[in-house]
Amino acid sequence: MSETEKIPAKQMLRDVVDMVYREAQEAKDRGEPVGWSSSKFPAEFTEALGLKVVYPENQAAAISAKKGGQRMCEHAEAMGFDNDICGYARISLAFADGAECEEKPMPQPDFLLCCNNICNCMTKWYENVARMHDIPLIMIDVPFNNEKEPSQAQVEYMKAQFKAAVEQLEKIAGRKMDEEKFNQACANANRTARAWLKACSYLQYKPSPLSGFDLFNHMADIVTARCKVEAAEAFEALAEEYEERVKEGTSTWKYDENYRIMFEGIPCWPVLRTLFEPLKEKGINTTAVVYAPAFGFVYEDIDGLAKAYCKAPNSVCLETGVEWREGICRENKVDGILVHYNRSCKPWSGYMPEMERRFRKNLNVPVVSFDGDQADPRNFSEEQYKTRVEGLFEIMEEEAAKKERV
Amino acid sequence: MYTLGIDIGSTASKCLILKDGKEIVSTSTVSVGTGTTGPKRALEEVLKNAKMAIEEMDFIMATGYGRNSIDIADDRMSELSCHARGAVFLFPNVKTVIDIGGQDIKVLKINSQGMLENFVMNDKCAAGTGRFLEVMARVLEVEVVELGKLSKQSTKEVNISSTCTVFAESEVISQLAKKTEIVDIIKGIHRAVASKVAGLAKRLGVEEDVIMTGGVAKNEGIVEALESEIGKNIRVSEYTQHVGALGAALFGYKKAKKKK
Repeated sequence: MSETEKIPAKQMLRDVVDMVYREAQEAKDRGEPVGWSSSKFPAEFTEALGLKVVYPENQAAAISAKKGGQRMCEHAEAMGFDNDICGYARISLAFADGAECEEKPMPQPDFLLCCNNICNCMTKWYENVARMHDIPLIMIDVPFNNEKEPSQAQVEYMKAQFKAAVEQLEKIAGRKMDEEKFNQACANANRTARAWLKACSYLQYKPSPLSGFDLFNHMADIVTARCKVEAAEAFEALAEEYEERVKEGTSTWKYDENYRIMFEGIPCWPVLRTLFEPLKEKGINTTAVVYAPAFGFVYEDIDGLAKAYCKAPNSVCLETGVEWREGICRENKVDGILVHYNRSCKPWSGYMPEMERRFRKNLNVPVVSFDGDQADPRNFSEEQYKTRVEGLFEIMEEEAAKKERV
Repeated sequence: MYTLGIDIGSTASKCLILKDGKEIVSTSTVSVGTGTTGPKRALEEVLKNAKMAIEEMDFIMATGYGRNSIDIADDRMSELSCHARGAVFLFPNVKTVIDIGGQDIKVLKINSQGMLENFVMNDKCAAGTGRFLEVMARVLEVEVVELGKLSKQSTKEVNISSTCTVFAESEVISQLAKKTEIVDIIKGIHRAVASKVAGLAKRLGVEEDVIMTGGVAKNEGIVEALESEIGKNIRVSEYTQHVGALGAALFGYKKAKKKK
């Protein structure tokens, strides 16, 4: 392809996610089994077995962003699920129940892949779907990491579960897993992760060649397609584009970059623009999001793979969580932190007060929080959010003026 | 040089005129806030009190929940910075500002240079705010301004939940049905507000001097309950309801000086 015909990385990334869902639908139409998977289930196994898988968390985020979240949540509530339960879970349970959903259709599941590294609500959510559809649920249980590194016993526990999962998946696929294909899937996953980390690393440039909000959208690929070579290629293209932008002095953030912040937590998908606008107006670029370290995992062997899947935002101890965040805050030179207290995600929000305290102490930057929800718009107040962002901006202004005086 | 601070909250509109960034010339308060005639009436009143015209103002700074609805304002700032600045003007050694507004609670941390360093606010729930007190006063059939005085007469405090305004209201009703003394219920309500606010304040760390701002600070029962919850003395200015407007006028003065 000539230089002039080069497809923008953003388009490539979108095409990859579309491909995942399209291929799953095609498989379903052919009568092949299609799975639903939690976002951090080892996709290497299904990829090696050629099983098509779609991702309810990604689907729920897309539905929410297209304003269907509340309708789906209310459907789940009418089924008897409490409004305190994760919004993604409610949306997915509503979809599994057959609720009409034009925002992001996908095939209904024939089997389920649940790894509770991402959260424990996931287990009950998937158990409910399994019962509703009377289909197999393949579970990988990840104990909470109360130490920084998983122990060898934990690695062995994970590997034993991998073995059992592969046996179950082989039955579903009707074939044995090919070792070579598995190695290729692992190689692809590592290549994708490296490219993703590289793309994220451009946030360290000042001014940044990208808005951190871009990464919220690109997350879809690292979740749904990390074992696919197309995802690796798209992220490599994205990193190249950022490299170009650094050289040219341009950015996907088209506004002033007066200040740089970390946005903590999953964004409020139904009101993404509302989140973005006050930041844009004040020239506050988001240059740190926790997804880079959380999903950019590289490993060398099966033990490394087991360890990698032990680590997700809600399965690591406070110390690791703080280390991840403070690392990207320092690298990406943030002036403040905006914390989303996500009503959908109690484990994530639960340790935030202590994290906030540590951020203030260790990073010496203002930390401001707001209430919201990743999927249910009823839990967000625009005015409250705006006031908090303005407050954060005014403190950063004062801090900058103080530094100038010194 | 005259600067005008306009603080439009959810339940009250407050204005203050400041001379040369030092002298408070006049104030006004109207007990309705954004979206009502309150802002206009408060503005007319503050000018009338000062015997001045709007044209004489060198800078108009709006703050509060309704700040964006004030068209005549030269600029706008959040109530967080304005409360901090106003509090530092009145109490130069302030380190912690607690403001209970109509529908939010703010705790501000002030650094040694008198700058706003950090803040915490309530979540998306009105428990513990001015509105909470209004609801309770209505159920008890007393005026909200009388709550402080009445709580002084209490001999026995009753426990009222602080988690939800609606449930707290039901608790108050059931206490009334049990013929519990109104003054004891009021004391319990004050404790409920204080424990909610103290929980937020402790998250940020409470350092003296502690200043309370906003209309609720006029309620000595709340101030007392809060002092007991945080274990520190709380100071309140006679301008407590105008601290936000004062801060806005001070920021306005700074901007006006820069312009000249």
